[in-house]
Amino acid sequence: MSVYLLLFIEFFKIGLFAIGGGLATLPFLYDLAQAYPHWLDAGTIVDMVAVAEATPGPIGVNMATYVGFHVAGIPGALTATGALVLPSVIIIILIAKFLMSFHQSPYVITVFSGLRPVVTALIFLAGLEVFQVAVLNLPAFAATGNVQDLFVWKAVILFGVLLYATNRFPRHPVFYIALSAAAGVIFRF
Amino acid sequence: MKELWELFATFCKIGAFTFGGGYAMLPMIQKEIVDEKKWATEEEVIDYFAIGQCTPGVIAVNTATFIGYNRKGILGGVVATLGVITPSVIIIIIIAAFIRNFMHIQWVQHAFAGIRVAVTVLILNAIIKMWKTGVKNAAGMLLFGAALAAALVADVPTILILVIVILGGIGLQALYLGRRQGR
Repeated sequence: MSVYLLLFIEFFKIGLFAIGGGLATLPFLYDLAQAYPHWLDAGTIVDMVAVAEATPGPIGVNMATYVGFHVAGIPGALTATGALVLPSVIIIILIAKFLMSFHQSPYVITVFSGLRPVVTALIFLAGLEVFQVAVLNLPAFAATGNVQDLFVWKAVILFGVLLYATNRFPRHPVFYIALSAAAGVIFRF
Repeated sequence: MKELWELFATFCKIGAFTFGGGYAMLPMIQKEIVDEKKWATEEEVIDYFAIGQCTPGVIAVNTATFIGYNRKGILGGVVATLGVITPSVIIIIIIAAFIRNFMHIQWVQHAFAGIRVAVTVLILNAIIKMWKTGVKNAAGMLLFGAALAAALVADVPTILILVIVILGGIGLQALYLGRRQGR
């Protein structure tokens, strides 16, 4: 079988079954590494997660592009990425169609008014996770038990400054992202 | 044609500045889609995220497809999706092709450590906004608390929490309608 067809089938499957966002693709990638050891290995996956999390863009898409490129160059990257997003594009269009006709239904209204606080809670949790990685140093704290080691102080200061600045002088998020990248490089975060 | 291009360009911008996966795009979506383009309300964005959570695929892509479809039908959905993935496809190909050990470069690490702090603050602000639209009464607060406890303490998988809420909502509504009919 052609490598493109294989890439397409494998990433279509991941796109179809990985529910709940980018990192949900991880277990599927480990399966893939087992089935095709010459495509990628566990070490590559770890590196890939770091790159995918650090660079902009949805993590799942980044991983598909990375593996596809690794296996078959730019055409491979495009094939894997296209195959990954195809199932969700089809499913979402079907759901959007359904919701357009049923958005007045009392069932739909009740379900969504229940989902909104829950999704807010889930995003809050995701925020906590980012906070933990960005501002805290759990491994150091676990090692020494010293509360001072729990906080990455430079990050805490930037966090406070940004919290004040974003609310006092609201600007485009991109402005604050660029500013923090510069602060990170200058003050060696 | 103009609106299709606008969809593509707007989602390109969102894709280019979403660091750290789906939820991190919330501040960008609020700014670009809700405040500036007014393509969706705050409430609709939360709904898209809810749908994105319980359907397969990447949440950012699901949200893009949804908004694109609502604006310009199937073609709009496809164009918005292409927009949101284009920057990352280009960036990842460049990194994979030219930069060995990208994540081991010192200044790259420093820059990303800084960016992570910004993303934290932006998400926090987005959550406060979201709280104001999404959690409106005691029942909402109860659901918020219950979901938090279920995910944080009991480690219940996200998808299971959402399925329970969906089935519960359908059940309650059926009960309510049934009662009203019974009277």
